[in-house]
Amino acid sequence: MAKRIEAADVTAYYGGFKAIENINLTVEPKTVTALIGPSGCGKSTFLRSINRMHEVLPGARVEGSLTIDGQDIYDRDVDVTAVRRMIGMVFQRPNPFPTMSIFENVVAGLRLNGVRKKSILDEAAEKALRSANLWDEVKDRLGKPGAGLSGGQQQRLCIARTIAVEPQVVLMDEPCSALDPISTLAIEDLMFQLKDKFTIIIVTHNMQQAARVSDRTAFFSIEKTGDPGRLIEYDNTQKIFSNPSVKKTEDYITGRFG
Amino acid sequence: MGETPQRSADAGTGGTRVTHGHEWPAGASARVAEAPVSTRTPGGAGLGGGGALPTARRFGAERAFRGLTLAAGTFVLAVIAAIAIFLIAKAVPALRANTANFWTFEGWSPNDTEPKFGIGALAFGTVLSSALALLIAVPVALGIALYLSHYAPRRLGTGLGFLIDLLAAVPSVVFGLWGRDYFSGPVTDLSIWLNTYFGWIPLFGGNGPYGASILLGALVLAIMVLPIITSLSREVFLQTPTANQEAALALGATRWEMLRTAVLPYGRPGIIAAVMLGLGRALGETIALALTLGITFDISFNLIENGGNTIAANIANAFGEANETGRGALIASGLVLFAITLIVNITARAIIHRRREFTESAA
Repeated sequence: MAKRIEAADVTAYYGGFKAIENINLTVEPKTVTALIGPSGCGKSTFLRSINRMHEVLPGARVEGSLTIDGQDIYDRDVDVTAVRRMIGMVFQRPNPFPTMSIFENVVAGLRLNGVRKKSILDEAAEKALRSANLWDEVKDRLGKPGAGLSGGQQQRLCIARTIAVEPQVVLMDEPCSALDPISTLAIEDLMFQLKDKFTIIIVTHNMQQAARVSDRTAFFSIEKTGDPGRLIEYDNTQKIFSNPSVKKTEDYITGRFG
Repeated sequence: MGETPQRSADAGTGGTRVTHGHEWPAGASARVAEAPVSTRTPGGAGLGGGGALPTARRFGAERAFRGLTLAAGTFVLAVIAAIAIFLIAKAVPALRANTANFWTFEGWSPNDTEPKFGIGALAFGTVLSSALALLIAVPVALGIALYLSHYAPRRLGTGLGFLIDLLAAVPSVVFGLWGRDYFSGPVTDLSIWLNTYFGWIPLFGGNGPYGASILLGALVLAIMVLPIITSLSREVFLQTPTANQEAALALGATRWEMLRTAVLPYGRPGIIAAVMLGLGRALGETIALALTLGITFDISFNLIENGGNTIAANIANAFGEANETGRGALIASGLVLFAITLIVNITARAIIHRRREFTESAA
């Protein structure tokens, strides 16, 4: 239940502004891939083009080809909601639905897909919450509002909500940047477990985190403000952090810029 | 003095580090909190204050402003109390003189030597016309609001929103005249059609004449409350956090499913408030209904036959010819209208309050 993602010459625009240019990258199933790079280099834009969330913004569009197990997700005949169901996303800030209980949050995706039966929902909610390492903390208060949890718990709730619909790929856009170190650790542990089942792509500003959790790392950068972001180097995480082939990568990971 | 910049620099780094998720000793925030808060310290020793602590001012702008706001708040309460006392004092003698049952009698002749008047039919007509108006207006208003906030191109949305707001600025007497002189024609045709095909439903039964009916009044009312409900709910919908809308979309929701999952539940308290404001206007609407309704004094669910009356419309129609008892009777009816409005508002508050746990954490 994990699929390969291939990006070929992916270019994304915000209106007239070209945010990323000619990104070529293959993500293997059941791996964690980290996207790193300075602010504004287009990591998040690239991430959001993978599940077609980029085009939600007015004027935003994507060119090039993005395939999941060989199937073009930008094909005219492809249902965009199906793409997003297959490629789930966890956002930078925990965003549980404020009006819903913990339980309702987790099963929101299933309900959107027309699952009505209480027994199926119960089972799926428990499974997802267990996978997100949240079950023991919330099992006695599933009816309470999701927004009442702590930041780290909320983010794990959002992860549970994402994996409850059993996607193939999970995208994470700086999932720990709003969290304290302990919650961050909990989520990093979770990523290790989740990669048994899902292909995970994570954007992070924290290079230690990229080094800890990912199998492969892609380094994005820009020449100067206003230029499109490009993929500078993409390799095994160990190689990137010990012996990068491009000077710019080395400068970035050693903290010489960015 | 020399310490201040250093402190702020300290606070700055503390802030950035925290957003990066690194560990930072708890002392950092404490140090930030220590930074001088006082902004105006006399004594020429700099803002931080070099000398002894000055005494607090006993009569300053702070205290004066506090007194002013307190006076304003008290004044409102006093005015409300005065109005209430006046109304009750006027109403009680008329109610005493009433020879019929005020609650059940269907008729209004308080000016006779044996005054007879009852509030039942009027209160019923008020509630019926307002409820019907909301039933028509709320779905349309929410539809328009959702279109303006989430479907229309931004420029079109702003333009249309402005037009809707203009509709709210039309005086109610204009709506009333329009309803009576023009709109009653189409409504009469509609009523005849309803009567022909749906006459077996008591709501649309009867033998006519049709036109100056609860249906006409309610339709005119619906148009009048539409802009209030639309513009308020549009504001509420626009405030839905983008993060929640994206969360729904990322789960594979279509636009409508996203609205249902994220926008509508988030806006629920706001929608209720908007509907209540609309209902407030509908319940209190006077001249438009005085012009469009058929003015009868009976309790009937028939929507299309000439008839219907409301408390406010009755006050407008009957006040001119009322004697002392008549005016007292009208004032008593006004008190009942006030009570109805109060009950409606309390109910709405209770609905919002019941889901407090969810709406508060939403903020």
